[in-house]
Amino acid sequence: MEKWYLMTAVVLLGLTVRWTVSLNSYSGAGKPPMFGDYEAQRHWQEITFNLPIKQWYFNSSDNNLQYWGLDYPPLTAYHSLLCAYVAQFINPDWIALHSSRGYESQAHKLFMRATVLIADLLIYIPAVVLHCCCLKEISTKKKIANALCILLYPGLILIDYGHFQIMYNSVSLGLALWGVLGVSCDWDLLGSLAFCLAVNYKQMELYHSLPFFCFLLGKCFKKGLKGKGFVLFVKLAGTVVASFTLCWLPFFTERAQALQVLRRLFPVDRGLFEDKVANIWCSVSVFLKIKDILPHHVQIIVSFCLTLLSLLPACVKLTLQPSPKGFRFTLVSCALSFFLFSFQVHEKSILLVSLPVCLVLSEIPFMSTWFLLVSTFSMLPLLLKDDLLMPSVVTTMAFFIACATSFSIFEKTSEEELRLKSFSVSVRKHLPRFTFLPRIIQHLFIISVITMVLLTLMTVTLDPPQKLPDLFSVLDSWLINSVTSLRKSGRGDPRQREEAPFTR
Amino acid sequence: MRIKWVECAALSVMAALSVMTGGGSWFLALALGVTLLKCLLIPTYHSTDFEVHRNWLAITHSLPISQWYYEATSEWTLDYPPFFAWFEYALSHVAKYFDQEMLNVHNLNYSSSRTLLFQRFSVIFTDALFVYAVHECCKCVDGKKACKELTEKPKFILSVLLLWNFGLLIVDHIHFQYNGFLFGLMLLSIARLFQKRHMEGAFLFAVLLHFKHIYLYVAPAYGIYLLRSYCFTANKPDGSIRWNSFSFVRLISLGLTVFLVSALSLGPFLALNQLPQVFSRLFPFKRGLCHAYWAPNFWAVYNALDKVLSVIGLQLKLLDPKKIPKASMTSGLVQQFQHTVLPSVTPLVTLICTLIAILPSIFCLWFKPQGPRGFLRCLILCALSSFMFGWHVHEKAILLAILPMSLLSVGKAGDASIFLILSTTGHYSLFPLLFTAPGKKNLFLIGWKLSTSLAWALWKSSVNLYSLSPPGS
Repeated sequence: MEKWYLMTAVVLLGLTVRWTVSLNSYSGAGKPPMFGDYEAQRHWQEITFNLPIKQWYFNSSDNNLQYWGLDYPPLTAYHSLLCAYVAQFINPDWIALHSSRGYESQAHKLFMRATVLIADLLIYIPAVVLHCCCLKEISTKKKIANALCILLYPGLILIDYGHFQIMYNSVSLGLALWGVLGVSCDWDLLGSLAFCLAVNYKQMELYHSLPFFCFLLGKCFKKGLKGKGFVLFVKLAGTVVASFTLCWLPFFTERAQALQVLRRLFPVDRGLFEDKVANIWCSVSVFLKIKDILPHHVQIIVSFCLTLLSLLPACVKLTLQPSPKGFRFTLVSCALSFFLFSFQVHEKSILLVSLPVCLVLSEIPFMSTWFLLVSTFSMLPLLLKDDLLMPSVVTTMAFFIACATSFSIFEKTSEEELRLKSFSVSVRKHLPRFTFLPRIIQHLFIISVITMVLLTLMTVTLDPPQKLPDLFSVLDSWLINSVTSLRKSGRGDPRQREEAPFTR
Repeated sequence: MRIKWVECAALSVMAALSVMTGGGSWFLALALGVTLLKCLLIPTYHSTDFEVHRNWLAITHSLPISQWYYEATSEWTLDYPPFFAWFEYALSHVAKYFDQEMLNVHNLNYSSSRTLLFQRFSVIFTDALFVYAVHECCKCVDGKKACKELTEKPKFILSVLLLWNFGLLIVDHIHFQYNGFLFGLMLLSIARLFQKRHMEGAFLFAVLLHFKHIYLYVAPAYGIYLLRSYCFTANKPDGSIRWNSFSFVRLISLGLTVFLVSALSLGPFLALNQLPQVFSRLFPFKRGLCHAYWAPNFWAVYNALDKVLSVIGLQLKLLDPKKIPKASMTSGLVQQFQHTVLPSVTPLVTLICTLIAILPSIFCLWFKPQGPRGFLRCLILCALSSFMFGWHVHEKAILLAILPMSLLSVGKAGDASIFLILSTTGHYSLFPLLFTAPGKKNLFLIGWKLSTSLAWALWKSSVNLYSLSPPGS
């Protein structure tokens, strides 16, 4: 592409921001006995390097599952093994069995941060660049601006480089992005392979699995079930089975192995939600203690049904009319449904929603920017625990400035731009005076930004009143809920959405 | 809690500004963007210069003026002119709200988190003057060529090259110094000269000299230009000097400006009979020909040559090992040394070499003045010559050449090529400043690649742009 040097500058800027954020503290720094996610990662390198595969997921004298047991699929374990080999080469003390627990040093921090950066550079960033280059109907300058905004998204940077959720979110999200790219550009097999790898890296990528399935199924239907479509279906099924087999091969030898891994990946014993996460269950539980009212198995059923109900319309539409644009929007919709209604959702899972939203940034810049800002804000309690106030505020502002200047979001808030035309048209049938939707949205945006700033200030400077120790986190999650619900409605019932890009 | 309030206040101001950039002002976006990057650089490595400035805060706050240039509890004595001391004094009044302990002269190497926050924020804050100066410089750049593409507009290119200048970022915001606002003063004075507001330019430069005397490197350019193009109000048609157009009034007013500024700065010390002491602090010739980390100038090559020759001489038994001094130039210490093979270099020698080097450009400025652009060229050449041949030059002095060169580089394609080479090598030579911080090497490399690719990008676009313009423009 022309102006590749500007794209290089954008990538380098993204790397610079990532590296400067990584200079801060990480989760669990200097906090024995459990430390934090950083120690979990180091521990997994220790386990995978020193123990045979069969013992990785089992409780044993060498592998105490209570102390950061492995609870991600095998590909994460293989990646940790790879890093462990490098660590062994540099300094074996970092991964010595048992004796390296709680190991913290400047050199080790540098090593761990470097592994994240390299993984990011190899997988996530090329996917983002390629995605922006493949965008249609926009100028080169806008493509580069798009890349800048996506690379500056604060949520991913802060979690991977600040908080050090070095579960390498960038790897799983990057692989999923490669999957999206492959499938959108008609390289279905490669795309599905990439996505299978993503799922095998982190089981949370299953949030994205339904749209992939529906889109590919829709493509098969379109090509005709009795011809090319069937062939494609078989090929895809084969790819999926093959990739799963390849990753899980060592664990298929015994039934107990596979079951144990699954038990570690999906801890259904845990409960509807933990901590304060910005989804429906947590918000509702302030008024109605669902955890106490409903028994455990009913909770699972209720959350399953609600999740399914909320994502069904979009998926059905995608199967009937597969298109790359519809695919991206369905990804957003499904991930959001899972986040809001699913079981045992973690705060970091908002990243799974943020990635598809980044992909639609060029199409509805205003709403996407708003959502991405709020998503970063939703992780604030987590980040404040690790002293990351300054980086989080700075990166959020940088992201906002990048989006505001790249997309001129304040000028593009007409009904058509916000994709709310059909919604407002149908409302106008009943309320003829309902013409001020864009202005409402703008005001809401400003109000939400002010609320976010105020809440941040209050969380940082004041202590909450004694009766309501989690007041601020709960207020945060309410705010986020309202914005995300608005966004979902803004995505609109797909049946009402006008999908006619080529007739404009 | 107080820290958090300050942080929150500063960030709220920036948040408000960032909302304003939603209106699409690219200059504000660039300025805010680099300010945010500076905030991210707060927890990075800082050098001993951090302690230097903390010490100066303590000295100016706790001691009376008569003690400022005599105080020597810490090895980092006050060696900048009085205006900088007053600047530190003003800062110290804000510092006491952050951490009273840092203002204690005996608290050597005190660096609490509040101290760090205060010092870093003070650099970021004072950079506002630099941003203003860049804005003024952008006005002087010819924007008449119609460019629809933002990245090809000279103003945009200049703003990026100056605001995001990588050397300034690492010297000011990592290594820790206050060069931002000083260069802001210099760029502002240059901008004023471009705008034909000569008195303001002269005044600003005089003030700058009394902030940091390193700018004496470029004083000849100012002096000759003002004398030739301001005091002589008109030229003959062929461009040569018209002696009868000499304006005494202008000369007197210039002289008076400089005199008044100097009086304001040095007056108190003259009254206290401390001038010799002040000058000995300002010009410490005992420090040696080269700084601890050699600036890549002529004397570095000279020293290297001397070392090589002495090694060869020892091997070939031409030199007596007992006569060679034990200490060597490469040990990284700041002391005076004698050369072994080549003749030793004294401060006078370096002065003469520098003067010889700047003579051609001075002559050009006198006999064939080309307006402000010619002045700028002469200024850059003076800065480079002084860098090459000066006594005890710091690597940071290369910024004195790079920043004004940015102004020239958006004017002509030839200048842009030179600028590319100068900035790449100059910034690379700043590498040793970060050498002691292992993790920050990565940051440097990434940032260096970023700046180089940016410079290359903008060079390419400017070459494209100016290849279309007629030659000789």
